[in-house]
Parts: sequence; structure tokens; C-alpha cells
Amino acid sequence: MSEMTKPLLEMQNVSKEYNGNPVLKDVNFTLKQGEVLGLVGENGAGKSTLMNILFGMDVIHQTGGYGGKVLIDGKEVKFASPLDALKAGIGMVHQEFSLLPGFTAAENILLNREPENKSVLSLVFGPRANTIDRKELQKKAIDAITKLGVSLDPDMLVQEMPVGHKQFTEISREISKSSIRLLVLDEPTAVLSEKEAEMLLKAIKNLSAQGISVIFITHRLQEIIDVCNKVIVMRDGRIIKELDAANTSITEMARLMVGRDVNAQSAMIEERPLSPEVVLSIKNLWVDMPGEVVKNVNLEVHKGEFLGIGGLAGQGKIGIPNGIMGLYPAGGSVELYGKPIQLNNPRACLDSSLAFVSEDRRGVGLLLDESLEWNVAFPAMQIQNKFLKQYLGGLIKWRDQEAIKNVTDKYIEQLQIKCTSSKQKAKELSGGNQQKICLAKSFALQPKLLFVSEPTRGIDIGAKALVLKALREYNRELGVTIVMVSSELEELRQCCDRIAIVTDGAISGILPASTPSEDFGILMVGKTGKEAM
Amino acid sequence: MKKLNSKEFNVKEFAINNVVPIIFIVLCIVCIPIAGYSGQYLVSQIVTRIMRNSFLVLSLLIPIMAGMGLNFGMTLGAMAGQIGIIFITAWNVVGIPGLLLAAIIATPIAVLLGWFCGKMLNMARGREMITSYMISFFMNGVYQLIVLYGMGPVIPIHSDQVILPRGYGVRNTIDLINVRQSVDTYWQISIGGVNIPILTIILIVLLCLVIVWFRRTKLGQDMRAVGQDMEVAREAGIKVERTRILAIVISTVFAAYGMILYLSNMGTLNTYNSHSQIGMFSIAALLVGGASVSKASIKNVFLGIILFHLMFILTPQAGKNLMGQAQIGEYFRVFVSYGVITLALVLYEIRTRREKAESAKQLANLQKEGAKA
Repeated sequence: MSEMTKPLLEMQNVSKEYNGNPVLKDVNFTLKQGEVLGLVGENGAGKSTLMNILFGMDVIHQTGGYGGKVLIDGKEVKFASPLDALKAGIGMVHQEFSLLPGFTAAENILLNREPENKSVLSLVFGPRANTIDRKELQKKAIDAITKLGVSLDPDMLVQEMPVGHKQFTEISREISKSSIRLLVLDEPTAVLSEKEAEMLLKAIKNLSAQGISVIFITHRLQEIIDVCNKVIVMRDGRIIKELDAANTSITEMARLMVGRDVNAQSAMIEERPLSPEVVLSIKNLWVDMPGEVVKNVNLEVHKGEFLGIGGLAGQGKIGIPNGIMGLYPAGGSVELYGKPIQLNNPRACLDSSLAFVSEDRRGVGLLLDESLEWNVAFPAMQIQNKFLKQYLGGLIKWRDQEAIKNVTDKYIEQLQIKCTSSKQKAKELSGGNQQKICLAKSFALQPKLLFVSEPTRGIDIGAKALVLKALREYNRELGVTIVMVSSELEELRQCCDRIAIVTDGAISGILPASTPSEDFGILMVGKTGKEAM
Repeated sequence: MKKLNSKEFNVKEFAINNVVPIIFIVLCIVCIPIAGYSGQYLVSQIVTRIMRNSFLVLSLLIPIMAGMGLNFGMTLGAMAGQIGIIFITAWNVVGIPGLLLAAIIATPIAVLLGWFCGKMLNMARGREMITSYMISFFMNGVYQLIVLYGMGPVIPIHSDQVILPRGYGVRNTIDLINVRQSVDTYWQISIGGVNIPILTIILIVLLCLVIVWFRRTKLGQDMRAVGQDMEVAREAGIKVERTRILAIVISTVFAAYGMILYLSNMGTLNTYNSHSQIGMFSIAALLVGGASVSKASIKNVFLGIILFHLMFILTPQAGKNLMGQAQIGEYFRVFVSYGVITLALVLYEIRTRREKAESAKQLANLQKEGAKA
């Protein structure tokens, strides 16, 4: 037991700024050998930044380093690169797999650390001419898998594996490194089925029993209670509280995670009665969007309402509009005004007066090298034959430059887009103004229903307020039904009538926007949360 | 369960995956009776062609393994081999020692060219094939400059056999009487009227073994890893750039040796054309054997050479017998090799896209079931 008390990792007053914006403030914690530490917090709470510091990632060095100290075995360390962290015995399993699809589990586990047979030829051609000792490779891989305590076929090709086995392969690779002492798992259960997640939690306990410390980042709070010794709750770059996992509850953690001052809601909009008419009805929707998988969503959107869709990252909220608009493979039934919409066909959606402002505005949303006029008018021109002058009975269509300019100028004024003229190129605008162009573009389509996904991602506070105001006015004054997806609960509460929370690919509840944020917090952490209520 | 399904023999699947070899087998079967050659003649011709080309085609395997696609830059190796051959002809070194000397001269040139080509391809990641193709055109210019103007005044070569009567520049064609078939005839046995060159066979088998061995080395494993996903390989600490350069260097050196063997078998050097043709024909042969941009085996090499060259032997005679013109066969040969390369490139893209769609569908189905449960 004396070994258990020795701190393996210690962080003292760690802080970090990005361009003057503090993202981590005064982080202090210790981790003992064999201990499992749960790390929870909303998106943007600072969890990833903290792990980036621990691993000496380039992004930290390039933005001016960090403040405070990181100690391992009581000695201060400053890792220059993730390779240094690896040498010190810290391993990390990322959310995205980094595996080779055409290699077997065993080959992946020991990638670039393959046991070799010494051969004479290597004297001439160097050590890379040694052949690989397949038997030893197999044996070492099986050792790592046994250490983890899961069932995994070492000869199976990664491309044929179910997701859970890929995850196990990845973890086995980390623990096959003989020096491994601390393993960081970033949302390892997000992609797993319940059964696989159970196996993984058992494996974590196994590792801990063997003296390997684990930092476990997850949004599923029940798992924290199941496997962790202690929990750190982060919010806005600070450690809000360190809890003993045995003596806490999901409700407590959820409250700490989202708990802001509820009275800061001066901008809250007045409640209004919901129209009984259903505009959009979604039944049993599934969407295969990598990282945002939707499993089974049932949702009704009423006429004229502003519906928010919230939830933690990776739970599937972004998948919903992307699936309905046909950008990712989807199934289930979606009806607009009682008429079914053909899925997997973006054109059909656009033809039925749905419009979508994508979260990926640079990739999907904008023609970066074209003028603002083009960006605003192009979809309406393509889809609805607007802004076109027709000659010879429609045989020849010419662009109506004047109409295009007028409509663009109208939106530039309305949305207060900062630009030199409507001829400026879209790529020259700032992020916030680009977002406004995306909005103008979909406004020009005059949709019956507008999907907006993460409209304020990556734009500054001033622009944020303007974008939200524009959406609110568009909804209130013109009566257009809007469905907005956002990771920021507060933002949803400022605009929406109702907010639906997505957890694990399904709607876990819909509440009026005026409900206190704690209740939303509990919905976000999933079905076990409901029981805890 | 899934594994079982995929092992079941599916005729349609097999036909789609092997469409190129199947087309060639059908064409050859149609052409054999039209050309009217005897079986013995065909066999002896094919043996010759295998001896002539297999070393060159084998040199293409390693870059494919490293995920760099078809190495159109093998032309660079062929140039190095030709320079070696030009020197030994000028110095009048005969027989097998001559060929060995040519190989020794060609090796450093091939290493240098391969290193240069590999460097370039690292800068043009994802577009290796078109880049290596263009590099081969570019280096062809440099080669011509050296051979046409450099040899004589700058590089001291003064053999009447090699140099043009004007005093500088290499002749259009060089007779390689000194080294003609010296490897093939060194140790030859005759079976049923077909001459079997044992030493050449030993050399080719040796190269095949080297490739099999190479796949099992650490470097081979690294190349396969780099070929699948450069980023993952890099994260694991594999030196991606260096590995890729090595793949091209090895390929270029083998291509140089292959070219020396090829020329000695042919007996003449077409100074300004041989190398540019050989790249195209070697790649076409490999593809005819059923290889793709990302996957090629020794089996593909030999099947490809047999089918592709059987076609070459048959078409001139078939063309003559059908249309009264042998020229039509020659035309056919060039037309077919470009066609095959195009087809293989297009098929590869289609197949990758289909596989991607298939796996997305599978995943979606799994999730659907999961949601229901």
C-alpha cells in the first residue's frame, strides 16, 4: 500500500492562455500510482488543453507554452513532444483511432516495435534489413491483450473488426510498451456498445490493479462512479471540485459541470404559446456520421417555433441536421408538412424548402473564392431559379446582376456584415461575418424551415450576439421555423422556445427554454441521469 | 459469420476483380488460331519474353507496397542501365564481366536518380503517379542532353561503334554484339526444341526470393505501414519520408539491372527510345497480370508478362492474316498498353469508392440493429 500513496503525477498551478484568453487557470491535482482519475466537464472546459500540456503537444509550444509545473515522481518535467511523454511512460488513446486497416491486431499493437531476428544481411544493409520475428510478435501481442483482460483475436485484420475491438487494439498498443505507467483515455466509451463499454471498464480496473494509473475522460458519469477513485470536475478552465467517486452522485457532478448562475438570463425571451401544427416530424432517424452517430431520434417541430437541440459533443446532435439534409447516410422517416422527405438526397431536401446552415462553413457553407453576391445568390439561383432573367421561353437564362446585388446589399445591411462591398471575396471576411453570409444565403432561399448548426462556433462574442439576434428576428418577425443545434446551452436558452437534449444518439428529453440549466445538465448525462432525478 | 461469407466463391465478384486478365485471356484465345503459330514457337517466344522483362516488372512491386502506386519513374532506372551499357560498349568489355561492369556503373546513377525522384514524390504526396510520370519526361531531357552532347567532348568516349561520325553524341542504335545474350547462353539447356537459359532463371528466382524476404524485413513492414496510412506510421515513430525514398531508390536500382538484362537479351540499344517505352510496357504488363495501384504480387508479374507478351507475339501475325498488314499489330500493341493502364486506374478508383460505400452501409446497418435492440 505504501506504493499506492506515492504521487505519480502532480500538477501545480498549471495555467494556459491562447492569445490573451485564459483557458486554464490554476489547475492543481495529484494522481497516485494505480489510481483511476475521472475528468469531466462540458466542451471547452479545458480538459483537452490540460491533456495537451501533459503530452507536450506542439499546439501548446506554438502558442507560448504554459504556466505552473508538471511533476512526475516529484520531479518537474517539460515534454518537448509527445514522444518525450511516451518515453516517460505516459500513453494516450485518442478518440479517433490511429490504426492501420490492413494490419492484424498484433501488427498494430507492436507497430514499429516489432521483435526482430538478427541476420547477417543487417550488417551490410543496416538494422532495417532484419526480418520480423512473427512468433515473438504474436506472443507479445497476446501478452498485452491478456494484461488488458479482454478477448481479442491477434490475427484479425483491423478493417474487419467491430469498433470495440479497434478500441481494445489501441489500448493494448499503449500497454504493450513496457514503460507504461499512466494511460490517458479520451472518451473511450463514446463509440462502444454497452457490452463493449462494460468490458472496457473491467479492463481499466485490471490495469489499475496492476499499478497503472489511468486518467479517464468521459461524458458518461455513471462510468466515472463505476471505475474511478476520484473525480475532477472542470468548468471554464478551472477545477471546480475534486470529488471522491465513492461518495458522489451523477446529479452532483452534473450540477457542478453546468452550474452557472441562473439569474444571468436577462436576455431570455418571453414565452409564447406553441402552435399545434406540426411542421417537421422525425421518426426513428439514424445517421451514420462519424463521431456524431444518431441512433434513434423521434422529434416533432411545431410551426413557427424556435427549437434548440443541445447535448454534449459526440452524442449525435450535429448528426441530426446533417442526416436529414442528406450529407451522411441516414434512414428512418422524416415528414415535412405531412409529406415524406427522401433521405440521402440533398437536392430533394432543398427542393422541399428546407435550408441548412452547416457547422462546417469553410468546407460546405461557402464558395471562398467567390464574391459575396455569388455566395448569397448561388443556391437560390441553382435551386429555385431566382435572380435569373429568362429569354426565349426559358431556353436561355441570364443572371440578373441587379437583383443579385440588391438582395446582397439588403442582407449586408440587415445583418451588419462588415465588408468593403458586395463584390468582396468570401474568404477575406472574418469568421463571424462569414457566418452571417451563410445565414444570408439560406435566408435568400426563403425556406419554410431552417436548420442552423453551431452558428457561433469560433466567432467572437460581439458577432455571436448579432448572429443570434438575426436568427431570433428571422424567426419572430417572419415566422420561419428554425431548428438550431448548438453545444452552448446558454446560447440555446437565449433564442429557443423549447430545447431538446440529445444523448447517445437519441433525444433524452425536451424542456422549455426557461427550465433551469441544471435540469438540462442532468438530461445531457443520459438515461442514468433520469433515474437520479 | 462475416468472414465465412467473404470466403464463399462469388463468380460475379471474381469477374469484376479480375476483369483485365480475363479480357486478355479471351483475346489471346481468339488470336492464337488466327495467327497460326506453332505451339513450340509460342512457348520459346514466351520464355524469351519472361527472361527479358521479369526483372523490370518485378522492380515495380516495392513502391506499390509502400503505397506510392505505379512507379512511372522506373524509366530513370532504365536510363541508368543504358548509360552503363553505353560505357561498356565503348570500352569493349565483353560477356558477363561486361554486364557486371555495366551494373556497377549504373548503380550509383540509379541511386542518385531514385533519391531525387523519391524526394520529389515526398513533396507531391497523394499525386505520386502523375508526378513520377512527369519526372521521367523531365529526366529524359537531361539524359538526351548528356548522351547527345555530353558524350564525346565532356565525357571522354571515343569509340566509333558508339559515337556519331560528327565526333560527339551517341548513335541512334548501338549494336550490343559484345554482350548479346551472354547471360542466357552461359548455361542453356534445350527441352523439346525450346532453349531454357538456366542462369537467367536463377537470377530471376533470386530476385523473387529477395522480394519475398524483403516483405518480411523490418523495412518491408514499415513500407506496408507507410503505404496504408502515413500519419499513423509517423505517430508510431516510423520515418515516413525516408522509407518512401528508400522504396523508390530500391525500385530504380532494380529497374537499372532489369534494363541491362533486357538490353543484353535484345542485342541492340535504341539509345533515345528504349527507356521511355520500357516503363510503359512494364507497367501495362503488371496490370494485365491483375495487379492494381495498391496491390501487386509476384504472381501478377509472371501472369502479366505471359499474357501481355503473348498478345504482342500474336497480334502482328493476326493482323497480317486478317488485314494483310503487320503494322496493325504494332499499332494495337501501343494502343492496348495505354488502354490497359487507363482501365486499371479507373477501376481502382471505382473499387475504392465502392468499398467505402459498402463499409459505410455495413456500419449503418449495425447501428440500426443496435438502435432497435
